[in-house]
Amino acid sequence: MSMLATPLLAAGDPMLEGPIDLTVFLIVAGKTLFVFAALLVAVMLMIWFERKVIADMQNRIGPNRAGPWGILQTLADGIKFFFKEDLLPDRSDRIVFRLAPYLAIVPAFLSFAVVPFGGTITIAGHTTRLQLADPPVGVLLVLAMSSLAVYGVMLAGWASGSKYPLLGSVRATAQMISYEAALGLSVATVVLVAGSLYTSDIVASQADSLMRWNVLRLGFVPFVVFLVAATAELNRPPFDLVEAEQELVGGFHTEYSSIRFALFFLAEFMNTITMSCVIVTLFLGGPTIPLDVPILTSVSPVWFLLKVVVFLFVYVWFRATLPRLRYDQLMDLGWKVLIPIALGWLLVIGAIQVSGTDTQSRLLWLGGGAAGLGVCFVMLLRSLQLGRATVSEEDLHG
Amino acid sequence: MGSLDGFRVTFRQIFLPRVTIEYPKVKRPKPDRMHGRHVLNRYEDGMEKCIGCELCAGVCPARCIYVRGKDNPPDAPVSPGERYGFVYEINFLRCIHCDLCVEACPTEAITETKLFEFSFQNREDAIYTKDELLVGDDGRPQHLPWEHWTEDDENRTSAWVRATSPNGAASFEGTVQWSGELGYGVRDPEPAQAESDEETGEAWIVLSSNRGGV
Repeated sequence: MSMLATPLLAAGDPMLEGPIDLTVFLIVAGKTLFVFAALLVAVMLMIWFERKVIADMQNRIGPNRAGPWGILQTLADGIKFFFKEDLLPDRSDRIVFRLAPYLAIVPAFLSFAVVPFGGTITIAGHTTRLQLADPPVGVLLVLAMSSLAVYGVMLAGWASGSKYPLLGSVRATAQMISYEAALGLSVATVVLVAGSLYTSDIVASQADSLMRWNVLRLGFVPFVVFLVAATAELNRPPFDLVEAEQELVGGFHTEYSSIRFALFFLAEFMNTITMSCVIVTLFLGGPTIPLDVPILTSVSPVWFLLKVVVFLFVYVWFRATLPRLRYDQLMDLGWKVLIPIALGWLLVIGAIQVSGTDTQSRLLWLGGGAAGLGVCFVMLLRSLQLGRATVSEEDLHG
Repeated sequence: MGSLDGFRVTFRQIFLPRVTIEYPKVKRPKPDRMHGRHVLNRYEDGMEKCIGCELCAGVCPARCIYVRGKDNPPDAPVSPGERYGFVYEINFLRCIHCDLCVEACPTEAITETKLFEFSFQNREDAIYTKDELLVGDDGRPQHLPWEHWTEDDENRTSAWVRATSPNGAASFEGTVQWSGELGYGVRDPEPAQAESDEETGEAWIVLSSNRGGV
């Protein structure tokens, strides 16, 4: 087993370029199994981590009974879920009700496949990358899967045949579709500078220098937009209106019990981990570090893991700190703040990309771009004002 | 930082001591006048204090006490009075530990210990009979298999009686107005109300700053 320090430029996986025989097939199957298992273990640890950290932030102790520091608590909960009665509401749509948890969990698994962990590994004479799949559509797959995950939530609420789950899933659908746009636009800026949809290419484009990390290179804004939109996309606090206990009992999973309920939770935490991995890949250079020390760069998966843990902590921190948004605030933030900002920033990055290197053309492009953006900004403000005025008039007369 | 201040607050909490006390491992000291499981006391000469007057049963709002009085056998009297309680039962499935029985008792026969950690496997066990309620020959409460006694619980069996005067007059504060108990003799009065407030107040502050337990 050997790790290579140099980031590989995307040319597909070296293993898959040669003839594909049984060994290669077995290696791919083995990798798949490993990633599957690793993700499940990661989810287990993530749930424990979240409960511990949030307990810390609330001056509590948190789970500490099962295993050392309660680390096996999730396992105990999972086993308990298996033995619980599996309820199927009378008025539910039986097939869809059963299907929905899997619709939630399969996309969560799939989008994890494109995350590069860094380095390569040699098994039985075949050298392969520590990445399950590197399809040409890379980042698009992540976006597609996070959109597909909406179906799991939506159909779960719809099929329950009960009002609270339905309300929860209606909110979920609206929320996830709204934030999908901001998410996509901030990803577009990354794709714009990387010039490729391969996740491995995006990582390679950020290697060597800290200034090349997309979080700095793109000027911080797309990163923040992505972080906020991803939080909303994950239905995590402060955007967890979908399962707002005070209003909707449990939201879309109110009618679920036993292992099907556990699957929803599994999917939710799996998505959290995947999203953290995607943020690290897109904005923080993935497994690369800006230092050229062989010992440090040879353990790139460790760096990747460290960066991911930081984001997992940030998500828990959000949950401990921020109160839940009201529904109209949520929609306002999505449509009137994040999408315009992401769109404007995309245009700015685009203008810088096409403006070339000589000062004159750059000034021309940027000046023209700034003027155009200014016009758009004024129009947006005006439309928001008009909208507000209309609403208040309706409120007065209605 | 404005609206981001909250993040600093939550982050700071991580390094502060924990409020939670890990209960079965660490136990808070119990307040002096806590109401726990009852005992029936005896005089220093071993005689029972209960005279079978049934006042406790009458005052009990939960109707969990059942008492029958009986004339003392002249040759071997159980209590110094004319009568004694020959049946005395408390149903702890009903008892709300209000301590009205203790207030009603004219002879300080029934008082409460600090024991609250007891759980039964069946309803029969929940009904304590006189055999179980009566203190032993050393004056200490009996330890039943399903009870978990912590140290010092049994030494503080009659705190309430010693804390107030029978007629409620403040001038009797600190005056001994109770009979002696088997094994303990005549117990000292509790510190005066003001002092004990101060003391317990301090005790609770110490307790809450001692967060995190062990």
